Amino acid sequence: MTTRIGVVTFPGSLDDSDARRAIGLAGGDPVALWHRDKDLRQVDAVVLPGGFSYGDYLRCGAIARFSPVMATVIEQAKAGMPVLGICNGFQVLCESHLLPGALTRNDHLHFVCRDQRLRVESADTAWTSDYERGQEITVPLKNGEGGYVADERTLDELEAEGRVAFRYLGGNPNGSRRDIAGITNEAGNVVGLMPHPEHAVEALTGPTTDGLGFFTSAVKKLVTS
Amino acid sequence: MSAPLDTVKHAEETPKADLPWAELGLKEDEYARIRDILGRRPTGAELAMYSVMWSEHCSYKSSKVHLRQFGEKAPTEGPGAEAMLVGIGEQAGVVDVGQGYAVTFKVESHNHPSYVEPYQGAATGIGGIVRDIIAMGARPVAVMDPLRFGAADHPDTKRVLPGVVAGIGGYGNCLGLPNIGGEVVFDACYQGNPLVNALCVGVMKHEDIHLAKAAGTGNKVILYGARTGGDGIGGASILASETFETVSDSGSATGVGKPAKRPAVQVGDPFQEKLLIECTLEAFHAGLVVGIQDLGAAGLSCATSELASNGSGGMRVELDDVPLRDSSLSPEEILMSESQERMCAVVEPGNVERFLAICEKWEVTATVVGEVTDGDRLEIFWHGEKIVDVDPKTVAHEGPVYERPYARPDWQDDLQADDPAKLPRPADGDELRAAVLALVSSPNQAAKSWVTDQYDRYVLGDTVLAQPEDGGMIRIDAGTGLGVAVSTDGNSRYAKLDPYEGARLALAESYRNVAATGARPLAVTDCLNFGSPEDPAAMWQFAQATRGLADACLELGTPVTGGNVSLYNQTGGAAIHPTPVVGVLGVIDDVARRTPMAFREEGHLIYLLGETREELGGSAWSQVAHGHLGGRPPRVDLERERLLADILISASRDGMVDAAHDVSDGGVIQALAESCLKGGNGARVVVPDGLDPFVFLFSESQGRALVAVPRSEELRFADMCAVRGLPAARVGVVDGEALEVQGQFALPLDELRRAHERTLPELFA
Repeated sequence: MTTRIGVVTFPGSLDDSDARRAIGLAGGDPVALWHRDKDLRQVDAVVLPGGFSYGDYLRCGAIARFSPVMATVIEQAKAGMPVLGICNGFQVLCESHLLPGALTRNDHLHFVCRDQRLRVESADTAWTSDYERGQEITVPLKNGEGGYVADERTLDELEAEGRVAFRYLGGNPNGSRRDIAGITNEAGNVVGLMPHPEHAVEALTGPTTDGLGFFTSAVKKLVTS
Repeated sequence: MSAPLDTVKHAEETPKADLPWAELGLKEDEYARIRDILGRRPTGAELAMYSVMWSEHCSYKSSKVHLRQFGEKAPTEGPGAEAMLVGIGEQAGVVDVGQGYAVTFKVESHNHPSYVEPYQGAATGIGGIVRDIIAMGARPVAVMDPLRFGAADHPDTKRVLPGVVAGIGGYGNCLGLPNIGGEVVFDACYQGNPLVNALCVGVMKHEDIHLAKAAGTGNKVILYGARTGGDGIGGASILASETFETVSDSGSATGVGKPAKRPAVQVGDPFQEKLLIECTLEAFHAGLVVGIQDLGAAGLSCATSELASNGSGGMRVELDDVPLRDSSLSPEEILMSESQERMCAVVEPGNVERFLAICEKWEVTATVVGEVTDGDRLEIFWHGEKIVDVDPKTVAHEGPVYERPYARPDWQDDLQADDPAKLPRPADGDELRAAVLALVSSPNQAAKSWVTDQYDRYVLGDTVLAQPEDGGMIRIDAGTGLGVAVSTDGNSRYAKLDPYEGARLALAESYRNVAATGARPLAVTDCLNFGSPEDPAAMWQFAQATRGLADACLELGTPVTGGNVSLYNQTGGAAIHPTPVVGVLGVIDDVARRTPMAFREEGHLIYLLGETREELGGSAWSQVAHGHLGGRPPRVDLERERLLADILISASRDGMVDAAHDVSDGGVIQALAESCLKGGNGARVVVPDGLDPFVFLFSESQGRALVAVPRSEELRFADMCAVRGLPAARVGVVDGEALEVQGQFALPLDELRRAHERTLPELFA
């Protein structure tokens, strides 16, 4: 039985087809989900893709959070379903309070697209078990509002509980506090990050294939569970 | 509302009423012709339509007689001619790329708006070209932006460039289209008139090609997308069709006989455009669209008159039904508004409900505003009264055509006589080294990553090559690996020295860039940026360049599929350098075979293909070292370009080369530096026997490329070049941590990289 992983399309989602492609390459069965449908079509996991949902009006991810599909995603995530938020998806997860903190305008005020080195800080999540802790990977980063912020206590907690999933290496690209590129929730099933693993799944089109591990991690975990 | 509505009836009753035709940019004889066509004075609404549709920007009235050559001289045989599915005249040309796929691509200008308001001007430039592509039934898959700015260190460039770049990024990134190439060029001639051109590539299956026409009596005309507002009124007629002084003198664009409420630059909403793409393509695939047209320059005036003119019948439009952002707009303003993110579709009555349902799914406002009628009139109603009653062909396609006088400028001879041979040159290795550092760090030759890192090149997951590669490459079919490559080029310094040769050089370089990636060049789109057509010198440049490009396209067998002309690019009496920007599209059967530019592996042998002569006229070196522009541009040999392209394509297909890089502005040393830095490897280079080191490194002779050949392939590759008669000289090897020209100088890669990459951030960050 293949693992069904849903990818939500909001109006303004851009990397939804890339995420579906990555899931397929990882051996999963990608399922397109529509923002107005509460029904998750029996998926085993969900990816919230990059883009500019609802035009990112108000605040990035702020309107997507209230979409019908998110009501079910939030409920299922709390029940343990693996959820990965990439870029705009990370912003949606923060707005939904599934993850703490917020993403703010890059400190240099420009959109930045570059190949970004990351260190995997936790291999204990649903989306990182195929990596080693401390492993260095390179995947594309592309955002205008990717600066991760949270209050000092939250940041201390995230670090103490091993919930910083990824850190930027080779220069902080957006002013994120403590070089944080991605985090996970306490249970390890919800992961959000600004860089784009789904753009690093084929040697021909990506800087590396380092991103594939996100999707194989989820597929393997769900097959064995 | 004190004045009575200017209906057709009212116009007939008040033949002597004064209309503001001059303020709307019409000439006296043009206004007389409109009266003649109608047999009465036009209504205010009709005048609004004619004035925008007969503007230079929309009617091509000064350029038409020259542009005809692209059709008359179109190649009739060869791969390019055979691949043409839709040619000039439609919203964008369409080319067969095999396996049932067709590709449409087009470049357009948004120069004047981008100077007035850099962010929105550049953003809406992307929006407009993308709508042209979706109107053909294609899914947009990539964009690129050829840009020209004033001097890099001029204070105003610091205003214009960051805004333009942010606008392109802000719009394109939000649309989810990878930006895969383009150019950033600085020259003082663009100080008051930057060029912002935008190119979009779209892909479709053959059966999905759609053309803009309104056929079938009773079919409904649906306006969908953004609501119509007061922005961009007269953008085409005022901003893009007059010199700048005229605009600033009169404040801003005028509405009909009253002051404008809003600027003539439009404001873009990429989110709305993204929805428009998805909803348009879904409607196409459901088979619900009879005809379609985007609303760009001249807005509804253009869309209704062109749809009706291209179709078999007439059209009746109820202007009251147009959804408005601002309920106080007059009918003239509604017809002239250039509000962005709007499209117009013709749909059979039985399909209207399904069409509207698709729009509703994507939360796009859609309204039936009219229908196709029998007969041949375009009739537009406001509050139940007829305010427009015209033959749409006279608005859309039978505008004025001018044979503008042109004359070779009297300074041209002196310019060509000012030979760069007399300029002092570096005399030894140390001076050469210094000249190389000055070249690679000069704004035009420096790395452009500060600009291109603000564009998303990864989205959609099919980008195989992107800037700074010679051409951008996109995979079309993941199963077979079919792909296309696109490059844009145009060296206006060459074109200033000789506009005929300059246009041919632009094509040659773009063609070579596409071939360097391993793709076979098929077709051309062009954006012709020139000064005022009312200036005989600028008009001569335009005539020369157009003829040169048409001749070169015929010789290379690459037809022009469409494009755009931008005139009046001048501030006061000073025109920009003639700037023909040429985009070439090529096809590659398997993108896995593409050739990147980076020297990726030590030990690979570096070959220089083609011949090096002393050609420094218009060169980057003459600009950087001496601020000089004079002499003759490099010689063009299109037969040689074709041979070089054949070799590059064969070598890519058969795996004989690991890297290829076009040699153009900056010469061999610039190409070597870029390939070394991209691959993170140094190179040891030997000056070929009989060549002066300076000429070898800095000359800009055409028809050349550098390739990196694995040792195991050397024999086969060298044989192929010898058999086909292409000069190929082994000039070095990929090796070490420095770019070393033996016996002259060595530049450690770190030092080279610092010099190459620091310039733009220091200027603009």
